[in-house]
Amino acid sequence: MSVTEMFSYIQGFLTADQDIREDIRKVVQTLEQTAREVLTILQSVHQPSGFKDIPSKCLKARELFCTVQTQIGELKTKFPVEQYYRFHEHWRFVLQRLTFLAAFVVYLESESLVTREEVAKILGIEVDREKGFHLDLEDYLAGILIMASELSRLAVNSVTAGDYGRPLRISDFINKLDSGFRLLNLKNDPLRKRYDGLKYDVKKIEEVVYDLSIRGLAKEQEAGGDK
Amino acid sequence: MSKREGNGCARKRKTESAQKTEECVNKSSPVIEAFKMFQQELDTKHDKYERLVKLSRDITIESKRTIFLLHRVTSVPNVEEVLNEADARLDTVRQKIGHISEELGEEDLYQFHKAFMSGIQEYVEAVSFHHFIRHRTLISLEEINACLVFMRDEKMETKVCGRGMWPGACVLTFQVTPTDYLLGVADLTGELMRMCISSVGNGDVDTPFELSNFLRQIHDGFSYIGNVGPYEVSKKLHTLRQSLSKVEDACYTLRVRGSEIPKHMLADVFSNRAAVLEEDD
Repeated sequence: MSVTEMFSYIQGFLTADQDIREDIRKVVQTLEQTAREVLTILQSVHQPSGFKDIPSKCLKARELFCTVQTQIGELKTKFPVEQYYRFHEHWRFVLQRLTFLAAFVVYLESESLVTREEVAKILGIEVDREKGFHLDLEDYLAGILIMASELSRLAVNSVTAGDYGRPLRISDFINKLDSGFRLLNLKNDPLRKRYDGLKYDVKKIEEVVYDLSIRGLAKEQEAGGDK
Repeated sequence: MSKREGNGCARKRKTESAQKTEECVNKSSPVIEAFKMFQQELDTKHDKYERLVKLSRDITIESKRTIFLLHRVTSVPNVEEVLNEADARLDTVRQKIGHISEELGEEDLYQFHKAFMSGIQEYVEAVSFHHFIRHRTLISLEEINACLVFMRDEKMETKVCGRGMWPGACVLTFQVTPTDYLLGVADLTGELMRMCISSVGNGDVDTPFELSNFLRQIHDGFSYIGNVGPYEVSKKLHTLRQSLSKVEDACYTLRVRGSEIPKHMLADVFSNRAAVLEEDD
């Protein structure tokens, strides 16, 4: 094989590669758009008026996740399934956002941590690599960490809206999450950087809880809630 | 709930950490259970990554040594001997690549690509240099990949290189990606430039012309690809231009001065010139 032939073969490969990336980028753009729409719906829980109908917001978000499922289904067709990690960086960001949104919806509904399996189900993807387009563990964890900072914001805003019980429950939840993350041996990578931010969310929520406690606001709410 | 609240209002570090250990002890929590699984999964992945990085380092070192060895062909009488020795060294490198593919197994090649990318590129550089010295042509990607077929049994001892596949045995292959190949070849041009200069230093007047021809072909090939390729390629293209111009200058000098100076004195002229060129680098 001559030098010229070799290079034109490589050129062909590179062009094909670029075409695939172009296709992926287009689908990912639509996915990002949908993710933004879901976020907009969920953002309204931060407003005092939004607190009253969280279930309906979640329902709406769930509906949009159907669109996400079809869009991810389209994404799956754009590249050979065994080359997931070759193009991973194209959808890594959006998949983390979607994990966050799914986790947030599940938290608002049931105040529990979404499992990886649940996220995969909501997004219409797999957990194991062998079975097809899957949710990478690190992306799942990154999504959970985004949710943690969203929850610290929610704690502050729920106090403003007069819901004094919620911050306590959030604090409980975040503490559990924090001790979970403590179990992980993270490398010096983007996930670790994001994890480093978790302690500020924890601190913020603890401050809110503190403020409520010294004013006796938390106790009042809880006493009412328990009875 | 009320207990938690008591802890929550104490902001002192001590109580905070106490609270956390208490939670760690509480093993029944599904969150903790889940994260224990994640810990295992991440650790397994990181360990694998580290092992691959180590293999890649070994491959890099051994390939570099092979390249040094190959540079001696310009000054020793028995070229074949050096080439055979290099071949033996490359075989050990190939075994290491076999370990990589064994390590990867069913995993996605691209998930750990960063770990062994540099080693593979160095290997491509060494093997293509070796191929050039022996055959004076550019080794193709298929030829490289054809040598990276391994048998899984007997601890990678039995390598089938160009002997076809044995039925029934578990065959492992390693595929060099076109991008790695391209970057390896780009590195090769630097070695060719060094070889050209040193061969002139030894009074060999034919090799430089051959090399400049070959380098020009590669340069044309890279220009053809241009910026379709990955970002690193355009960076290497710049270095490639420099190497090419050094070789072309050397050929120019040979042509101009060669007719004036007796052959046995050329070496002196060039060893000075080569020194100047190396300083430019």
